[in-house]
Amino acid sequence: MPPDSETVAEQVFVALADPSRRAILAALAAEGPATATDLAGRLPITRQAIAKHLALLAEAGLVTAQPGERRRVRYRLRSAPMQVAQQFLAALARDWDGPLGALKDHLDKSAHEPGPAGATKL
Amino acid sequence: MGFPDRIERTVEVAHPPAKVWAALTTAEGLAAWFGNEATIDLRPGGSARMRWAEGHVAEMRVERVEEPTVFGFTWHIYGLPDDDPRRTYVEFTLEPAGAGTRLTVVESGFAQLPEDTYHKAFDGNTQGWASELGELVAYLDAA
Repeated sequence: MPPDSETVAEQVFVALADPSRRAILAALAAEGPATATDLAGRLPITRQAIAKHLALLAEAGLVTAQPGERRRVRYRLRSAPMQVAQQFLAALARDWDGPLGALKDHLDKSAHEPGPAGATKL
Repeated sequence: MGFPDRIERTVEVAHPPAKVWAALTTAEGLAAWFGNEATIDLRPGGSARMRWAEGHVAEMRVERVEEPTVFGFTWHIYGLPDDDPRRTYVEFTLEPAGAGTRLTVVESGFAQLPEDTYHKAFDGNTQGWASELGELVAYLDAA
């Protein structure tokens, strides 16, 4: 059974709270699967730190290790946890206050316009 | 951390339900306060569409039409990729309140996550590009 969405979202946000991990995820998203050594060559982060971050990201299900010899293990992004977190953000980003305020304004404004709406417009 | 599944707002407006209903369910009404352009086929299963000046488009599917008290539709979850099949359900309820209307909007379904979608997204999505690129490579190799 998959972890519940709150747990998944929490892991994503914990992972994204760290700038080095954001850089690692961004590099995997932009350029595809890579080894810790590849990433150390591209990012201003030591290979040891990258390996540590990759272990945490793998634990959270945000990256997955592709089979290979030690030091040749390639990591790739798993997008599903991001989609769960996006859904959390979608609920927060949904704005009903703005549109409902605009609806009230619209009703008040059209109440003061005598005759058919549009008659006074261009 | 709470994961909100539904969002609810209630406003009191100083206009009768019939007038509020028209603002919610006609292309002219929707284009006046919600989108910048709108089209609507007002019947359950009908399509509605709103477009904003900056280019954003919302495609809706009308679900409930009980004039002048309940109007419901589903739409794509804002912020998710365009091909994500999940949708939220938006329902407007209009109740007479004195000479005006108490309007409630409930949007629900933000936390929906069917397990099959979850698994499909997990293994399908990330492998999708790899396998499509693989097919392209195979096609080019064969040519």
